[in-house]
Amino acid sequence: MKLAYPKDGKFGEFGGRFIPETLVPAVEELEEAYLRFKDDKEFRQELDYYLREYAGRPTPLYFAKNLTEFVGGARIYLKREDLLHGGAHKINNTLGQGLLAKRMKKKRIIAETGAGQHGVATAMACSALGLQSEVYMGYKDTQRQRLNVFRMKLLGTKVHPVKGGTQTLKDAINEAIRDWITNVNTTYYLLGSAVGPHPYPVMVRDFQAVIGDEILSQMKELKNKSPDSVVACVGGGSNAIGTFYPLVDEDTTMFGVEAGGEGIKTEHHSATLSSGSKGILHGMLTYLLQDKHGQIKDTHSIAAGLDYPGVGPEHSYFKDSKRVKYDTVSDGDAVHAFLALSKYEGIIPALESSHAVAYAIKLAKKMSKSETIVVTLSGRGDKDVEVVEKYMSENVKNSR
Amino acid sequence: MSRIRDKFSELKSRNEKALIAYAMAGYPNDKETVSIVQSLVKGGADIIEIGLPFSDPLADGPVIQSASFHSLQKGMNPERFLNIVKKIRSKTDVPLVLMTYANLLYSRGYDKFISTVKKAGIDGIILPDMAIEEADQYLDVIRKNNMDAIFLISPNTSEERIRRIAKASTGFVYLVSTYGTTGGTQQKFQQYTHDAIKNAKKILEEKIPLGVGFGVNNADQARSILQTGADAIIVASAFLRLIAETPKAKIQGKITSFAKSLKKATILE
Ligand SMILES: Cc1ncc(COP(=O)(O)O)c(C=O)c1O
Repeated sequence: MKLAYPKDGKFGEFGGRFIPETLVPAVEELEEAYLRFKDDKEFRQELDYYLREYAGRPTPLYFAKNLTEFVGGARIYLKREDLLHGGAHKINNTLGQGLLAKRMKKKRIIAETGAGQHGVATAMACSALGLQSEVYMGYKDTQRQRLNVFRMKLLGTKVHPVKGGTQTLKDAINEAIRDWITNVNTTYYLLGSAVGPHPYPVMVRDFQAVIGDEILSQMKELKNKSPDSVVACVGGGSNAIGTFYPLVDEDTTMFGVEAGGEGIKTEHHSATLSSGSKGILHGMLTYLLQDKHGQIKDTHSIAAGLDYPGVGPEHSYFKDSKRVKYDTVSDGDAVHAFLALSKYEGIIPALESSHAVAYAIKLAKKMSKSETIVVTLSGRGDKDVEVVEKYMSENVKNSR
Repeated sequence: MSRIRDKFSELKSRNEKALIAYAMAGYPNDKETVSIVQSLVKGGADIIEIGLPFSDPLADGPVIQSASFHSLQKGMNPERFLNIVKKIRSKTDVPLVLMTYANLLYSRGYDKFISTVKKAGIDGIILPDMAIEEADQYLDVIRKNNMDAIFLISPNTSEERIRRIAKASTGFVYLVSTYGTTGGTQQKFQQYTHDAIKNAKKILEEKIPLGVGFGVNNADQARSILQTGADAIIVASAFLRLIAETPKAKIQGKITSFAKSLKKATILE
């Protein structure tokens, strides 16, 4: 079931490389460089150095005692990616790709961002490694994640608001790809999730697999066995695949949580795996939210980082092979979990991660007290306090 | 029989090269799309490329993006597209090439989509995001329906790849002139474009015609790339721009006269 480096980037029928011809030499060059350096001793040492000294790895596996008692079921552990530099798991990937870009002698880096977390992590890695970066961000996202736009500017990055299409993550990816086509000879595209043409889904997964590797060794140290369950939120799917992949051959039940928005029976959600169909977007064959003619649908989530109509191809593969169970959590339940974790543990989770927390709370109730659940807390929620405040005041108004 | 291949041989016998002109289905509306194609043909367009818009046109610049958006907003869908094609087919025998993105074919099913557009009168298909490695199933269906699959190459495509792509292509091979999306506004192409044309011609020989597109927007430019060796020029965004900036009553006349100026560049002395 573990596909370490699938041929042609195919996870079963998913993945592949559906790209304009101009990009073919660029992804071939990237693949060659990745294969050359991924197990290179010096490269690994340098990456490990930055992950440890700059980003703050390893991250704790924290036993959420108060939340566990409040819920009254399985023991809930939090994999604290929120404590990483920048406040999210995204830095695991940007340091890896940044170091690779340097070895490829690329000086100009472009990236897309949804919530702004990948943009911030790109800006940080590029500052640290002496690279120049420019970030594409949907106009709607620049408005709802203003704090991150300012952070990117502080870090020396140029932010390009994208006004085309739905003005969210998918349009930011479109625009980044257009930039890449135009500047293909000088530019490295630092994709922020386990999506896109081969080799991105494999490479991003490998850089994020440090999450699952640490979970496994930390859990073995604590309990002498792998966790009974793990839960992670799925936008493009990078924190989730990084959590799942090292555990694929373990006796662990795995749950990927998508954004249920206002409900998956409505048009306002981003539940790609739970309610989508197969299609081709952003260089990959995968599950998509699309209409009956194959046009990509508008998506919605209170969490900007989950607001994407596609998903990494390896998740599509795990869905069809049933190795991972994918389910949804609504905006409202995510906000409740955001509040609960803040109150019970003094940890403000990102709204994206709050989806995983909400699911874990439900799951823990159905499990015995001797069992363990690990929740990947992909990011911290400082960026989201304005959105949550607004959501709460509107909902109080509505219920009056 | 291939309308596209026949057209290229016919032109060759007249010592002409081809003008391939683009219209976006549903832009500015369904009815006018048909008139626009007629005006293009009247102006001398040899082959018509007709766009079926996709929500995420990642190989396209702002002009085609905005026309796609406009057309989709007004409800363009495969059924309406087929009606437009049938109307065009009832009025002219010009070769018609569909340009769209892979998902619109894949999501409906290659078989179903391709056989339906063939029946309506489409002769060939261009998909800018269909890489040759992914095309086996698509190509099987194209062949079964006796249609042409037109693949793209780029100035950075290796010789080995050009050979492989040429082998899979029928109708013509589409060389993307520049690094960038559609709709470039440069007055002249850089040397690397001319080098890419010469290189591609050397590899393709006379086995399959070479069309050059992306950023072709005036007759001088067109003439210079044809002189370098291209067999066809492909003009898209320049026509859409003209439609956007021309008062409605004058659109058809302007299109015909712009097409005429481009067609002139394809007639060899
Ligand atoms: C904190 C956090 N978690 C999760 C995500 C979703 O991305 P992915 O599914 O790739 O982990 C994002 C994306 O912006 C994020 O910022």
